[in-house]
Amino acid sequence: MPLTAVQLIAPRVVGVEFPFGHPFGRPGDREVQRTVLETAVTVLAGAAEPVTRVDIDIEWPQPRGEAYRAWQPAEPSPIVAELLRQRAARGEGAAP
Amino acid sequence: MQVDSFRFLPRSFLPLYENARPIVGEHEPVWAPFTRRLADASIALVTSAGLSRAAEQEPFDLDGERRRPAWGDPTHRVLPHRHGPVVMSHLHVNPTDILADDNVALPVDALDDLVASGRVGRAAPAHVSVMGYQEAGLSVWRDVTAQAIVELFRAQGTDGVVLAPV
Repeated sequence: MPLTAVQLIAPRVVGVEFPFGHPFGRPGDREVQRTVLETAVTVLAGAAEPVTRVDIDIEWPQPRGEAYRAWQPAEPSPIVAELLRQRAARGEGAAP
Repeated sequence: MQVDSFRFLPRSFLPLYENARPIVGEHEPVWAPFTRRLADASIALVTSAGLSRAAEQEPFDLDGERRRPAWGDPTHRVLPHRHGPVVMSHLHVNPTDILADDNVALPVDALDDLVASGRVGRAAPAHVSVMGYQEAGLSVWRDVTAQAIVELFRAQGTDGVVLAPV
């Protein structure tokens, strides 16, 4: 989430529009992995000022809804499960 | 082109992230100029995927997180550049693709490509894995773990680090 990294004043930020759990792309896709890493080291070495952000224009090759479901764990994490329990106790139905 | 930071985030999580603020007391970015030529530099990788070497390192403590949902294991694992099989201990993402190819989180093969092409001087002898869910453990992470990681990188002559959150 490059916007979050900028808000947290990270010194150098490279943004990708990939699902969580995939910072360098898909398994076996060496070309994209290399592109992302090369961009990262280029920004590392070449950024002239703090909080430099460079985004990479690569579209994730999977429909959004499919990718959204795929990155999530099989079971909610403990904190999400706890939030769900709290919401249920308040009579709210929406899932995180 | 600017990417949508929240394209794959559950909508109900949006309020937690869209107006993030630095930790209290942090007003200025940490900035270290990169003075070497990249082609002469040693580059290390840090992943927050919770990777550890299979059968050789203790995995990150997931049982502790299950007992205390607001806590995340704040320790770290040192992974040699050629680290062999890994396990992934992270309860917040599906581990399938990283376990299929750990270059998705720790791209040592791509780093080798950049070294082979002369773009980067060399790969660091060792990289680092942490487990990215750090709610209540953040103080330990900042005071102990981060300092140990810095010492490791200084000791092995690392010039630059790429941190890739999962």
